[in-house]
Amino acid sequence: MSHSSVDHHCSSINHQQLLSRLLKILPVGSVLHESEDLRPYECDALAAYRQLPLMVVLPDSVEQVQQILRLCHEINLPVVARGAGTGLSGGALPNTQGLLLSMAKFKNILAVDQHLCLARVQPGVRNLAISQAAEQYDLYYAPDPSSQIACTIGGNVAENSGGVHCLKYGLTVHNIQQLKILTIEGELITIGGSGLDSPGYDLLALMTGSEGMLGIIIEVTVKLLVKPECVQTLLAAFDNIAKAANAVADIIAAGIIPAGLEMMDKLAIQAAEDFVHAGYPREAEAILLCELDGTEAEVHAHIQAVHALLNKSSATEVRIAKDEQERVRFWKGRKNAFPAVGKISPDYYCMDGTIPRQRLAQVLQSMSEMSHDYGLAIANVFHAGDGNLHPLILYDANKPGELQRAEALGGKILELCVAVGGTITGEHGVGMEKLNQMCVQFSAAELTQFHALKAAFDPKGLLNPGKAIPTLHRCAEFGAMHVHHGDLAFPELERF
Amino acid sequence: MPIFDSDISRQLQSDVKQALATNSPLIIKAGGSKDFYGRTTTGSELNISAHQGIINYHPSELVITARAGTPLKCIEQLLSENQQMLAFEPPAFADSATLGGTIACNLSGPRRAYSGAARDYVLGTKIINGKAEILSFGGEVMKNVAGYDVSRLMTGALGTLGVLLEVSLKVVPIPDAEITLVHSIHLSDALAKLQQWTTLPLPISASCFYQDQLYIRLSGAEPAIRAAQQSIGGDPLKQGNAFWHSIKEQRHHFFDTNKPLSRLSLAANTQALSLGGDTLYEWGGALRWLVSDTPLENIQSASQANAGHACLFRCTATRDTVFQPLAKPLLQRHRQLKQAFDPQGIFNIGRLYPEF
Repeated sequence: MSHSSVDHHCSSINHQQLLSRLLKILPVGSVLHESEDLRPYECDALAAYRQLPLMVVLPDSVEQVQQILRLCHEINLPVVARGAGTGLSGGALPNTQGLLLSMAKFKNILAVDQHLCLARVQPGVRNLAISQAAEQYDLYYAPDPSSQIACTIGGNVAENSGGVHCLKYGLTVHNIQQLKILTIEGELITIGGSGLDSPGYDLLALMTGSEGMLGIIIEVTVKLLVKPECVQTLLAAFDNIAKAANAVADIIAAGIIPAGLEMMDKLAIQAAEDFVHAGYPREAEAILLCELDGTEAEVHAHIQAVHALLNKSSATEVRIAKDEQERVRFWKGRKNAFPAVGKISPDYYCMDGTIPRQRLAQVLQSMSEMSHDYGLAIANVFHAGDGNLHPLILYDANKPGELQRAEALGGKILELCVAVGGTITGEHGVGMEKLNQMCVQFSAAELTQFHALKAAFDPKGLLNPGKAIPTLHRCAEFGAMHVHHGDLAFPELERF
Repeated sequence: MPIFDSDISRQLQSDVKQALATNSPLIIKAGGSKDFYGRTTTGSELNISAHQGIINYHPSELVITARAGTPLKCIEQLLSENQQMLAFEPPAFADSATLGGTIACNLSGPRRAYSGAARDYVLGTKIINGKAEILSFGGEVMKNVAGYDVSRLMTGALGTLGVLLEVSLKVVPIPDAEITLVHSIHLSDALAKLQQWTTLPLPISASCFYQDQLYIRLSGAEPAIRAAQQSIGGDPLKQGNAFWHSIKEQRHHFFDTNKPLSRLSLAANTQALSLGGDTLYEWGGALRWLVSDTPLENIQSASQANAGHACLFRCTATRDTVFQPLAKPLLQRHRQLKQAFDPQGIFNIGRLYPEF
């Protein structure tokens, strides 16, 4: 099943001319143009969307990237940047009329400053490699998306990636200090600096999560944190998912900010248990994993408090990891939950809505009803502490119509997230995948503002065209299918 | 303290429409507590101070949403009644300070180096843009990557991109305990100690150095504070809260001057710069307040030479150049962003930079 891009840019030169221009910038092996060589780049981790780019370029110097961008700008050629391709929303889906710019060769850690707790790295450096390089100084990089072994820091910045520990330590935007980017004109801009702030507008925040639409990241300076002295994890089981959801609110209300607070429902628990034998209680309707970190004294005090709260929330069982081995085992189930679900279903579709915590129980109940209506099972594994849901919709792509049904159910779940005051994406990005739901979350005027902002950086619309922000026409088409109470969405637009 | 519930967004929107129709620049104003900050600008006043009220606050959600004209002290009091606070410890500079002004200026207090700045806690905003449209960005949830991060772009933009109507902020629990410790020490040793402590797991929440005294605040669970106190030493300061308040609000005698006050933002381990005058250090050395007659140009070039920046924070003379000049490509993007949000150029013209 494939979805094709709606964007058609008219470049002023043909395939052969483009190849010869690129070969003036790059060595032969760094320009891929045969379809079998392009195939590995046809999709990111959202494999339902696939298409081939015109060519793939693999530069290894900033000057080469600069020249590639200048060429794209000159001949109006779209360009899509790609890190490790682990994104889950189709953000790195190639443009059929453009270049796929792989940043994979930019994998050097340029400097680790143990005194200022900073690491200056190239964009193709893997997330986990930063923490590994900082380990000798007892420092680490906090944002830890589940793909951290493979995903790159450039992609993390482009998507504003989160992870299990962002409840306490924030997202990528909270953990970077400086970016170097190239504009579509090939101009180098340094954003941020050595101090804790910088003059002018907060372009550091603007670039973070901009999905490759505003510039190409060529260097990132991340903040490193001091490794906590002590880490402890609790596992609590519940016979009712609403009780687990309420326990989450109780912990936060008590003034405790855990380093991680994760929930899994019965389907996810059983899948994970079968897959990695983490020792989870199979009969539980939900489990919570609560990690606390800090100084010895602090963690000890908080463990007691959380234990008491969980008992009060009618947990059927509370376990405190008795050693590091058991703590790792608690997390093993959670961290392998996605592949575990992959074992029990031919395909799954991972959603990423975020909701206010107090709506958790209600939303989980509604999702269970939707799951029934659509005839597709949903497993829930998510960051409960910050209300970031990851419903996994189970389907079989080989059964006609199931992917479409899964996508329709996913769309409904995201619309529910918006309706309760949340958002369609907490950390995976909009990419190609959630363009329609952007029309539900934002008004025509807001989307127009986003387009104006994009044009401030990329007036020709060459950087990752067609992603992240839908056109008003797309919304009009989508909205026409969802007329509520006779109100037509985007009434000011022409219909066609 | 009563918090009024008054929504004047339609009135403000119509005022902006009127200004657009007559092409008359607006100066966005609320409590006026930070009128001294930024470049001098002209225009008719758009006063948002009557736009007040808490829209949403559930302590267990760790989020508060309020109208931009809501007094900062009302918000802080409401939070403290629920054992919560704004983690970035914003300076108010006057009782009239509002939420909108706080976010528009992105100023943060002593806790900033350890907990983050105002911009780190902004989750969402509702604004009026330069087309007199009311737009919402971000929201009330902790994680949200739908659309560009316009809310943080508004933070610190000094009202040049639009009028803030509502702001959603992440809030945090008030720490169980705090203690302030004082060391008598010379500057170079103080900077070295601050460096050393930064790389240890210590619950430091504020630091300040002035006149051979290094002040450190520890915050957190009681036993954690005691353990850290053992480890770093120093004499407890009885009036710790009053001291940090005086630094945050610039009521400490260091700030009692008629000379220009500059704010330097540098890498924490930058050696003392020879710029004359008197210096007070905060944020582990990353923030330096300078009272000096040295020309701003010299202060800014010295800061830039150290990969930092400086601004003229307060002065009695005309404020023509205030913020560190931007490199050309960066300035160009600023102008284009201004154009994207305020195409007719009516909001706080020149407050940030003379070019827009």
